[in-house]
Amino acid sequence: MTVKTILLDPTSELKPATMARLPRPQTLKNKTIGLLDISKARGDVFLDALEKLLGSRNIFTKRYKKPTFARVIPTELAQTIATECDLVIEALAD
Amino acid sequence: MQKLSDGLILVVKRECATCTMIEPVMAILSKETTQLSVYSQDDSNFLESVENVIDDQSLEISFQLNIETVPTLIKVEGGKEIGRQIGWHKKEWQSLTGISSLGDELPDQRPGCGSKSVEPGVWEALSIRFGTTRFQSRQLELTSLEDDIEACFDRGWTDGLPVVPPTRERVLRMMQGTQRESEEVIGIIPPNYGKCTVEKAAINAVMAGCKPEYLPVVIAAIEAACLDAFCMHGLLATTYFSGPIVIVNGPVRRSINMNSGINALGQGNRANATIGRALQLVIRNVGGGKPGEVDRATLGNPGKFSFCFAEDEENSPWNSLADEYGYANNSSTVTLFAGHGLREIYDQISRTPESLVRSFAGCLKSITHPKICMAADAILVVSPEHANVFKEAGWSKNRLKQELKKLLTFKGSDIVRGTNGIEEGLPVEFADIPVIPKFKEDGLIIVHAGGSAGRFSAAISGWVASGPTGSQMVSKEILS
Repeated sequence: MTVKTILLDPTSELKPATMARLPRPQTLKNKTIGLLDISKARGDVFLDALEKLLGSRNIFTKRYKKPTFARVIPTELAQTIATECDLVIEALAD
Repeated sequence: MQKLSDGLILVVKRECATCTMIEPVMAILSKETTQLSVYSQDDSNFLESVENVIDDQSLEISFQLNIETVPTLIKVEGGKEIGRQIGWHKKEWQSLTGISSLGDELPDQRPGCGSKSVEPGVWEALSIRFGTTRFQSRQLELTSLEDDIEACFDRGWTDGLPVVPPTRERVLRMMQGTQRESEEVIGIIPPNYGKCTVEKAAINAVMAGCKPEYLPVVIAAIEAACLDAFCMHGLLATTYFSGPIVIVNGPVRRSINMNSGINALGQGNRANATIGRALQLVIRNVGGGKPGEVDRATLGNPGKFSFCFAEDEENSPWNSLADEYGYANNSSTVTLFAGHGLREIYDQISRTPESLVRSFAGCLKSITHPKICMAADAILVVSPEHANVFKEAGWSKNRLKQELKKLLTFKGSDIVRGTNGIEEGLPVEFADIPVIPKFKEDGLIIVHAGGSAGRFSAAISGWVASGPTGSQMVSKEILS
């Protein structure tokens, strides 16, 4: 079969980087869970309820907040969460 | 190319009347000059009196010698070209060949014909085949059974409409629209942070349907979209309606025939339609921003195919958007605004600015939501008939802005959550604030565009995440 046309690739030709997920913890005992508010409306309502629920089970939580949902998380905040927590729950959408 | 052999080189074609006219000259040259090479671009047998005419139907020699007209006579000494004659000029040919009686029986001069190597579309093909053109991008070979337009769909390169298949010839032609090097990086495109080179911009501009002369505008739009203040990443990812809107100012509007008149925000003009589309295709293909993936828009808007228009500066009573940004009159610029859709402003009755400004304000108050303030910015597109009302009354653009500002206010207690039976609104702590502006300071931008008939203007709503924490309007000068 003969080649008829040659097209140039319009994409960035990047290969997607895949990272293996951390294994799911067997227990939340002695774990710190970060609760990340991205500054979207009512995200605080969801996280307040989770904080209460986890607290009632004696699971330690810490609250974090992105300055704005419109931009990617500041590196420093991401590093802080990664340093201080074992898991993180993000109140992502509306 | 290979080193040239000393002697004379003559490039001709049969379909050129001047070439056939000078056949006797060629016959003399072939007898008296041992080192004559005659190349024919179409038929190597048409010169009966000349032996050893070399077939150049592939046009390789014509391309390598940069022949634009036939006949062209070239003299080579020491492997280097030392003289060239284009068309038939008796005295010059006699001088170049050293044969004083050459072509005495022929007219003094005759113009030549266009070389086949510079016919439309041919130069690009020859440049790829015989030149030094090298592409950085991956090359995909389609077989004869594959439909090239379908192949672009299959690979996920389109916005849902067919694209122009980005062949090497088309991309090379597109890159003639800029003086920049093909490897130059214009910007890093979110969300996947792909590097957008001039070549990648050109490929996507081809696919969008751009002409080469639009490429500098596309490049400036990409540069503007990559400015941190514009927040393209968030704009792409938002659940909101918005996308990048491109406004073009300056002389380039006329040189590439953009539309700022009838149907200025609609379809039908190639530059308007394809420049905005090229930017969107770059975000999709180079940035990897696709609906349903990182693009999470709940509804989106049709302007995400393309939303690009030019300001009507010539008929405007006011200074242009570019002028407001401090650009010189002879500069061409792109301005990017994160927005969507149109909020129509209908007013066929007002003949005074005091009345018309109230119509504008009434409509603008509903942008985003009648009870939401200081969230989205907006562009007010004032049409010629409406602009004329302000012009006749001597209102400057700044006066119009100031009058709108006065009218575009709310009492906090009227718009907090729960009032008017609507749960949406500003948080209740705003209830005691007596005057709340609809827009942030400088959040309302005014431009002039549209057909000369019709008392209709429009507001383009912005993304609710405006300002430093979201997207700010940005501009870039268009350079070659």
